[in-house]
Amino acid sequence: MKEKYTYTSWQLTMMVLFRFLIGWHLLYEGFSKVITPNWTSFSFLKESKWILEGFAGWITSHAAVLSIVDFLNTWGLIAIGLGLVLGLFTRIAAFSGAALLFIYYLNNPPLVGLEYNLPSEGSYLIVSKTLIEVASLLVIAVFPTSPVFGLDRFIFLRKDDKKIKNETEA
Amino acid sequence: MMKKKNLQNGQDKENNTGEKKSNVKRRTLLKALAGIPVLGVFAFELFNKRSYDLEKKNRILKELELDNLNVPVIKPSSGDKRDLLRVGLIGFGNRAVSHANGLGYMHPEDVEKRKSNGTLEDWLAQEDLNIALTGICDVFDLHADRGLATARNILRPGGGKAADLPVKRYRTYQEMIEDKAVDAVMIATPDHNHAPIAVAAARAGKHVYCEKAPCHSEEQMNDVYNAVKTSKIVYQLGHQVPQSVVFQQARDIIKKAILGKITLIETTTNRNTADGAWIRHLDANGNPKPGDEKTIDWGQWLGPAPRVPFSLDRFYNWTKFFDYDIGLIGQLFTHEFDAVNQLLRIGIPRSVVSSGGIYYWKDNREMADLLQCVFEYPDHELTLLYSASLASSRNRGRVFMGHDASMELGDAINITVDGDSTRYKKQIDAGIMDPSGPMISFNPNLGKIDAVTSATEKYYAARGLTTTNINGRQVDVTYLHIREWINCIRNGGIPSANIEMAFDEGITCMMAHKAYVEKRRVEWDPANRKIV
Repeated sequence: MKEKYTYTSWQLTMMVLFRFLIGWHLLYEGFSKVITPNWTSFSFLKESKWILEGFAGWITSHAAVLSIVDFLNTWGLIAIGLGLVLGLFTRIAAFSGAALLFIYYLNNPPLVGLEYNLPSEGSYLIVSKTLIEVASLLVIAVFPTSPVFGLDRFIFLRKDDKKIKNETEA
Repeated sequence: MMKKKNLQNGQDKENNTGEKKSNVKRRTLLKALAGIPVLGVFAFELFNKRSYDLEKKNRILKELELDNLNVPVIKPSSGDKRDLLRVGLIGFGNRAVSHANGLGYMHPEDVEKRKSNGTLEDWLAQEDLNIALTGICDVFDLHADRGLATARNILRPGGGKAADLPVKRYRTYQEMIEDKAVDAVMIATPDHNHAPIAVAAARAGKHVYCEKAPCHSEEQMNDVYNAVKTSKIVYQLGHQVPQSVVFQQARDIIKKAILGKITLIETTTNRNTADGAWIRHLDANGNPKPGDEKTIDWGQWLGPAPRVPFSLDRFYNWTKFFDYDIGLIGQLFTHEFDAVNQLLRIGIPRSVVSSGGIYYWKDNREMADLLQCVFEYPDHELTLLYSASLASSRNRGRVFMGHDASMELGDAINITVDGDSTRYKKQIDAGIMDPSGPMISFNPNLGKIDAVTSATEKYYAARGLTTTNINGRQVDVTYLHIREWINCIRNGGIPSANIEMAFDEGITCMMAHKAYVEKRRVEWDPANRKIV
């Protein structure tokens, strides 16, 4: 790891901060669904436009499928958020987070000609905050910080004690 | 677990490799655990947020004494008696299909349709009502055959078994009513036939479930009322809307006088399609629907109405003609009136004025396509308004306006506090209540009554972007209404849309119709129980 990435301390600090912030956001998105009574993705999926519209329609018309999707979404967000904050399986968390958010994006991309019933909280054209967060997660995935600031350290420790030893001494 | 284990490892190494290295090791370890304090702050803030939200919510609900409202549940049938009830359906058009489904019968084609769209499970979850559908009566062979196929399908919801009884087609309703093999009838014919059938059934001691409107004239209403009152039958008018869960909550809200003094109720109809304007004689391809004098007993269909030559237009689009219906008042205001009367028990108005015309659907219709009726209740100090358009679908809802708050009642309930309310002035000034959006919303899809806290929630609430849902199941309100009727037949009791309610409604509708046709203010004489 260390051989491939050398950060200045500012770069490292900012990357860790970045990871914490996005982790925090996804973690709360997940928890807010847990603490909202009878939360469901029904309304969001009902609004789906563009290429996933048919798929979203299939989900909302099958109660059992919808409840599975709700469950996976909620706990997926929590798992990803925890992974990012704790720096545990960070790369998997970042990639899964990017994939999940990209699905959100594909369900309601701000493309010309797509009209939504729900007002958006900002002004977007093609690029939305969701898409930026997708890209951010990819940045986190390719600029890892968890082998130093994260529980991933212990995984590396177990995997290759020697390599870590070198890293800490460097 | 992991933390502990590795700490132990670190300890071991410290002993082996000396103090300097152990400092480096400890620092490395602390770095690795950097996420833990972040998580700690997160947990603390999450707890903070949750307490704040609950506190705010409870404060509004407590102020309004709504904190003890319960999540509605489907109660199982009350009473012990479950003896088999033999039901006959009179008229087997669209509405009767819902009746059959409510009773626990479904046409095989509909079963397949619901299987493919995933809604069959909801129907199968209905309680088995222990009903035998033994008779079908329709003047049109095609409809009767569909009814027979429905009655013969052995699939039952709620694990019920098909009763081993034959299903018979009756050529006339009189035949069915005379037959001892039928205990109760459900009437879903065009409106002009409702009352004569209900009267005959009541006199023969058959229980009656009758679609709205209950009558086509004041005289008919009196006949139905007298026939039911002098019999022992259970009469239920077909207003399934108050069975919905939001109505149970609306009742509590009215009972607790949360709206303050209610002086205006606005009810509306907002439709903008040919089908919505009762032009229904063409199929999806624009071809005339089936039916001719050979397959339709036209004389019986006309019933008490004047004799006219057979007409497919009249057969399918009967709502357009005053010989068979009273238009918007009979078809849609009836539901609005029942909704209001179930909640406020206002009964028959002192006076009614109506005005309107045929402004958009310029065919051979007699019914108005734009209609406004004003019902005055000086005794209750309120006005009921009905405003209908068949040429605009702009949604105007059904709104109860009080001095302190207003309530929009539809698929969901939204209560908005009035900016000039005296009762809630303190809370408005303190910022606890916000008159700019719904303060309380009950949405059956969310399953509980709730104070609205976020903008998105407010938005969803206002749109009622949902379908009726109890305990996660889509529940058919027609089924609940039928079940109430059947429970009353078996165990006694008075159903919600009983004969007194039907009388209020029938008279009110006849007053509005008379006011429209005679272009004058029509009044009710309560002493002589007569429209003047």
